[in-house]
Amino acid sequence: MLVDVHAHFYHARTPRADWRERNESRLAAGAKIGITIHVASILGSFGLTSPTYFPSPRDVTAGNDALLALQRAHPDRIRGYVCVNPNYTAHARAEIVRCLDAGMIGIKLAASRRADDPLLDPIASLALERRVPVLQHIWQHRRRDWPGQEASDAVELCTLARRHPDVAFILAHIGGGGDWQHSLHALAEVPNVYVDLSGSGVDGGMLEACVASAGADRLLWGSDITMDTGWAKLRFLETLLSKDEIALVRWKNAARIFPAGSFPSD
Amino acid sequence: MRIDCNAFLGAYPWRKVPGTSPDALGQALERTRIDVAWVTHLPSLFWRDPTAGNAWLYETARKDKRLKPVPTVHPGLAQWEQVLGDAATAGAPAIRCDPLYLGLEPTGGEMRVLAAACGAARMPLVLAVRLEDGRQRHPNDHVAELPAAAVRALIRSDADVRLVVTHADRAFIEEVHFGSTPEEARRIWWDISWIWGPPEDHLATLLDTIGAERFVFGTGQPLRLPETSIAKLDLLDVPREQREAIESKNLQELAA
Repeated sequence: MLVDVHAHFYHARTPRADWRERNESRLAAGAKIGITIHVASILGSFGLTSPTYFPSPRDVTAGNDALLALQRAHPDRIRGYVCVNPNYTAHARAEIVRCLDAGMIGIKLAASRRADDPLLDPIASLALERRVPVLQHIWQHRRRDWPGQEASDAVELCTLARRHPDVAFILAHIGGGGDWQHSLHALAEVPNVYVDLSGSGVDGGMLEACVASAGADRLLWGSDITMDTGWAKLRFLETLLSKDEIALVRWKNAARIFPAGSFPSD
Repeated sequence: MRIDCNAFLGAYPWRKVPGTSPDALGQALERTRIDVAWVTHLPSLFWRDPTAGNAWLYETARKDKRLKPVPTVHPGLAQWEQVLGDAATAGAPAIRCDPLYLGLEPTGGEMRVLAAACGAARMPLVLAVRLEDGRQRHPNDHVAELPAAAVRALIRSDADVRLVVTHADRAFIEEVHFGSTPEEARRIWWDISWIWGPPEDHLATLLDTIGAERFVFGTGQPLRLPETSIAKLDLLDVPREQREAIESKNLQELAA
């Protein structure tokens, strides 16, 4: 079994005219790679009517609705993270309840509010109550603010994780840009932060460092928007880890932190 | 047959990179079933005189028939032409010059003279757009990325020069390819190491719009996992001849 903990799909109300092709391409590539389940999120309208990382409540709901539809269309392959904007607390909490009740299995926080901000506490509390993990978009070692997002780095996520030690947080795309070594130092002693291996970065030495810092039991395989790099990392890990360890990375760690029954053999 | 036109030996100054020794590279080649690697001495890209690493490179390549040396040339140094002569004598498939790492203007006089010399010697010239993702570079690593305009200028500067450009993404490749005449574009080869696969399908798109004959297999190892370029090809639906062209035949024809 192979669980991709970081996938995205598109829908009609985004700027992408090729949204159907991209969704089909993900599923086709997933079949080649051997992905059993794509755990995906949709970030609002991806910029069509509100910014990707600052989605309006209306776009958040529309994106989640589109993902629920995909989950219903592909119940054997797609699971959803409910995406929320923490600046709209009441809407975010209501959306989490609505979408988890409809079958989603996790919460996606992109870059609408810094991860250590108190506004994330009500969301983390709900994650604990519903026993679902939180996937937090991360800029590995953010040295400055970048346009279009209020990105967080690992230090900020770890601050939130220490406030909520019984919630599983997923540090997004360790290969997704920035200084991953900074992140690995930050999370080494925070056991409820898991490392999502996705991202276009395929630096030599990065995976060895992930294993050394977090251990195989805190690594989660994912692809994000470059499935070729995800497959490459999986192939390399298969030469680096034992059979039992690679099973943890492929799916067993995911099965541990997502709700029971989220995956076929779970 | 699989030929990697984009491999390095030796330490990288900006972070710890495992697997930089000749033995470790050999193991990576075995692991990924790469038969031949065009290799450059990585540390000397950062030296004032980058050619000082070439002797070690030649000696190392002589010990392992899988390794083909791609020596570095600095066209701002006296007697730089000798590097071309040495490269030809050593059977090097190409030479490389990354002007911005050497502090050279990428479309300046030195590079134009080098392009002309490479054209006259029928020696392909390798250039990298970047070595690392710009978002993760060391705070003191300020070398700019090679601009697409520089590649367009270099290919126009000499009618015979042939370029192998590594670490370029889809936008860069399209800008240069469609900003060149068909004759100019036919003298540029692109390594696939930085081109995205699915779901964005940049590589599949480029193979359709530009053609497989312009693309070559490269990895950027050991700075990057060589498995990535193989995974990109495994995710494509292309005829076997196209894959063979990318993996080896285009480079074999270029180096012939």
